[in-house]
Amino acid sequence: MTAKLELKAIKKKLRGRQVLDGVDVDVNQGRSLVIIGGSGQGKSVTLKCALGLMRPDSGQVLVDGADVTKMPEEIRARVMRKFGMLFQGGALFDSLSVWENIAFRLINADHVNRTEARERAIEAMRKVRLAPEFADVRPIELSGGMQKRAGLARAIIAKPDILFFDEPTTGLDPITADAINDLIVEMVKELGCAAVSITHDMPSARKIADEIAMLHNGKIVWRGPTAMLDTSGNAMVDQFVAGRADGPIQAVV
Amino acid sequence: MINPFAPIGRGVLSTLAEIGRFSAFVGRALAASVTPPLFFGQLLRQVMQIGYFSLPVVGVTAVFIGAALALNIYVGGARFNAEQFVPNIVVLGITRELGPVLAGLMLAGRVSAGIAAEIGTMRVTEQIDAMTTLSTDPFKYLVAPRVLAATLTLPVLVLVADIIGVMGGYLVAVNSLDFNGAAYLRNTFDFMEPQDVVLGLVKAAVFGFIIATVGCYQGYRSNGGALGVGRAATNAVVVAIVLILMVNYLITAFFVE
Ligand SMILES: Nc1ncnc2c1ncn2[C@@H]1O[C@H](COP(=O)(O)OP(=O)(O)OP(=O)(O)O)[C@@H](O)[C@H]1O
Ligand SMILES: [Mg+2]
Repeated sequence: MTAKLELKAIKKKLRGRQVLDGVDVDVNQGRSLVIIGGSGQGKSVTLKCALGLMRPDSGQVLVDGADVTKMPEEIRARVMRKFGMLFQGGALFDSLSVWENIAFRLINADHVNRTEARERAIEAMRKVRLAPEFADVRPIELSGGMQKRAGLARAIIAKPDILFFDEPTTGLDPITADAINDLIVEMVKELGCAAVSITHDMPSARKIADEIAMLHNGKIVWRGPTAMLDTSGNAMVDQFVAGRADGPIQAVV
Repeated sequence: MINPFAPIGRGVLSTLAEIGRFSAFVGRALAASVTPPLFFGQLLRQVMQIGYFSLPVVGVTAVFIGAALALNIYVGGARFNAEQFVPNIVVLGITRELGPVLAGLMLAGRVSAGIAAEIGTMRVTEQIDAMTTLSTDPFKYLVAPRVLAATLTLPVLVLVADIIGVMGGYLVAVNSLDFNGAAYLRNTFDFMEPQDVVLGLVKAAVFGFIIATVGCYQGYRSNGGALGVGRAATNAVVVAIVLILMVNYLITAFFVE
């Protein structure tokens, strides 16, 4: 079985620093992979390379076995249509209403008419449990948790094959965070898609992951099923999971 | 040993690199502006934002410049008994030079900074990345409508500025310099040639293009949070003004040849 998404030997240098130094990771259809790792270890950069928002210096990004980094622009854009992404800060368009945000790609890329797009946006809002009365307000008027829900609705509206989540629970209270975790699990199951999330929130990782990979110094240093997390036998994983300052990983403050 | 030429060389190199990046951006912006799809709703919005809402500031600038110009030419003309040339020189100065340049400079402040701040904020809050993941090209959705709107509406604004500027001169000439109103207007229109207005409108279109592309470019490449957005807006104004004044001279020289 070819993986839905596979990153092969991805290298990326930024401002003279080798941020990614050969990242290898893959995820199959219907599976949820969570990448954990410390701040500044290149988790977001990994995601940006996978999404085509950043071009890796070398290595391959394979979607259904085809390397998107070598595709001509139009074909790559077509492959990218299978992607959905929830941004860390929500990244909602503040000049548009909530429903126009959620229906953005339907209106602007898929040429769905506005009446139908609005109906589908409100249906997506119902799925993420965002009350329809918020459809016409500006994103700025929503709370952080509600913005996450709106971002999630926007990411799933076109039924993507691969969903990406950048720190979906950061900045939320534990109860709201858990509700978002539940929603992510539910959406991934419903869509049957592959999911790649990055987080340093361990309860969240345990909840949404089938598999966990740890990124450190530009490489994947450990990878295994979620159940193995506490018995990984890897000192760096143990330190990260326990949240200890002393160990093989030195905190950079 | 410290090489005194090293900083100069580094400066030249980074300036050249910047020119290269800007040129590449302009190329992409042009390509996005002239190929489908066109986001018509966004274009209309920008025409309102850039064109319509700039009318007051351009109008006020034009009427006062026209009036001041009439007074100055009257005083200068009086030194060799050429006061009667006030209408001719006012219309020449306004249509060929002051209309487009002042409208360009006012819009460099109002529009370039606004575009840079808006797009810069979208950049640092990942809205531009989000747009890309929603299968919508930000060059099509954000850049092209602004470039088209500015390039198309600035000539219209300048035409309005020309009329209001001549009006300003007329008002001063008739009310405080004892000119005959009908004669003033006749002199204005008899003397003015189509090429004067055309030169002004060509300048206006080019200035509009500069204003929008510089604003978009500075916003697009901004980073570093609120500080970066502020820097982008300031840079946009400075770069747009310098480019407008340089290009103004080049276009004028070209037309005078
Ligand atoms: N656009 C960029 N330009 C230059 N350097 C960048 C850029 N984006 C990230 N970096 C650098 O790459 C490194 C990794 O950043 P990244 O955002 O991937 O970290 P992260 O693992 O997501 O951390 P966090 O958990 O804090 O979000 C950092 O040193 C950062 O300064
Ligand atoms: Mg990050």
